[in-house]
Amino acid sequence: MVMEIVCPAGTPASLRAAVKAGAHTIYCGFNDETNARNFPGLNFDRGEMRDGIAFAHARGSQVLIAINTFPRAGDEALWHRAVADAESCGADAVILADPGLLDYAARNHPGLRRHLSVQAAAANADIINYYAKTFDVKRVVLPRVLSVAEIAAINAEIEVETEVFVFGGLCVMAEGRCSLSSYATGLSPNMNGVCSPASHVEYHEDKGVLDARLGGYTIHRVEKDEPAPYPTLCKGCFSAQDQTGHLFEDPVSLNAEQLIPQLQKAGVTALKIEGRQRSRSYVTQVVRNFRAAVDALEAGQPMPEGMLARLSEGQAMTTGAYKKTWR
Amino acid sequence: MPHPQVSIPLFPPILARALKVMPLAPLSLSLTAYSRKIAKTHPGLFRRLGEFDHTRFVLDPTDLPFVICLDPNGGVPRVTLLRGRGEGAARISGPFAALIGLVHGAYDGDALFFSRDLVIEGDTGAALALRNAVDDAELDLAQEIASISGPLARPLQHLIAFAERRTGVCLSRPEEAEAW
Repeated sequence: MVMEIVCPAGTPASLRAAVKAGAHTIYCGFNDETNARNFPGLNFDRGEMRDGIAFAHARGSQVLIAINTFPRAGDEALWHRAVADAESCGADAVILADPGLLDYAARNHPGLRRHLSVQAAAANADIINYYAKTFDVKRVVLPRVLSVAEIAAINAEIEVETEVFVFGGLCVMAEGRCSLSSYATGLSPNMNGVCSPASHVEYHEDKGVLDARLGGYTIHRVEKDEPAPYPTLCKGCFSAQDQTGHLFEDPVSLNAEQLIPQLQKAGVTALKIEGRQRSRSYVTQVVRNFRAAVDALEAGQPMPEGMLARLSEGQAMTTGAYKKTWR
Repeated sequence: MPHPQVSIPLFPPILARALKVMPLAPLSLSLTAYSRKIAKTHPGLFRRLGEFDHTRFVLDPTDLPFVICLDPNGGVPRVTLLRGRGEGAARISGPFAALIGLVHGAYDGDALFFSRDLVIEGDTGAALALRNAVDDAELDLAQEIASISGPLARPLQHLIAFAERRTGVCLSRPEEAEAW
């Protein structure tokens, strides 16, 4: 069976581009705090979501709606309405992280398929089995902390499908629990859907040297002609004890394209591409690349060499935790 | 891994010098009328700007001798070409080919930012909203020009296609054929 390509769409135009480029499945979110990419100019209102799903379904693609932030106490109605609207818009599944919201969805919308978001950070078979048994979750998006061997071991002990990231930006290895953005801005991806919100980011370029500030703090400075990273604290370059470097992680993108055969052998069902904040140009290029890769795999051909480096943060790529050479 | 660079063509310097003596006021008026026509055919673009639909943007084609000030004005836009830096809440700078390529969906904005071909200054949220709104609008500026050119539409389209081939600048929206 062909591995499923799960592609991001931040706008209706990106959704259409993804479908045309060959995505089996597209994930997207409503234009509010219920999804973890709540950036200016992005996401779907209810009418756009309904139309987008109809467009995808007419061409044989599926649409998943990410409602993967954690509801604030007292404000649950926004998240509950999002789940109800996802169902009425015709979504094929919702991607949830919060146990309370999973419980709500399972009780009130039992016919709406539930996937566990990477934001839940479910990284072992016991917790995945708990989510499957308690909330009837059908698929788990695995956090980017596992090697291929560890994924295979987990798949041997669970009944639900697994989806893994194969391309795009990397987070620090505590997804759903990272508060770095909150320290500098008061807003986080977990609660507000924004990591390093644009309203708190400032750039200054002087004689080719680019400074990025987040919440007033300079978090990195790149020289002329050096690639620029995203303005996130985890990719910041800091000086301490006479040493300067990337304290948390280097500004590189994940690219596990060449590991697709191993991921298939490990029992993975779906391959996820990060980047709902990216353009339809990105979506088209990345989806075509990965669709060609899974089709080659299905046909027993070698993995094609991709040309995705220029789309990558820092214009550099890594296989991340899948090959834990750093451990 | 090697890091292939995006090759952004630069505006021919000889033509850029010629533009230095061009009167900007008539061109500003024409571009304002043109942008208002686009506003009518793509109202979603201004809706998607949200809270930034009255923000002044400065678009700075770094290889041209003027900047483009865009006032979305809630869907009744105004375009003003100015010599010098211009003033606005958000500034997006880069080669003309990069800016127009972004409009047509030929380039990815983040990739141009990583490669330093694009520089954002001022209100980053406003710049992001504009980029996302324009990307969603699926504009084809050549098509929009042709639609108001009457009998000149066809020769104009041929001329634009010729200019695209010669310069490598994406002057129209690329075809999005279904791949599968």
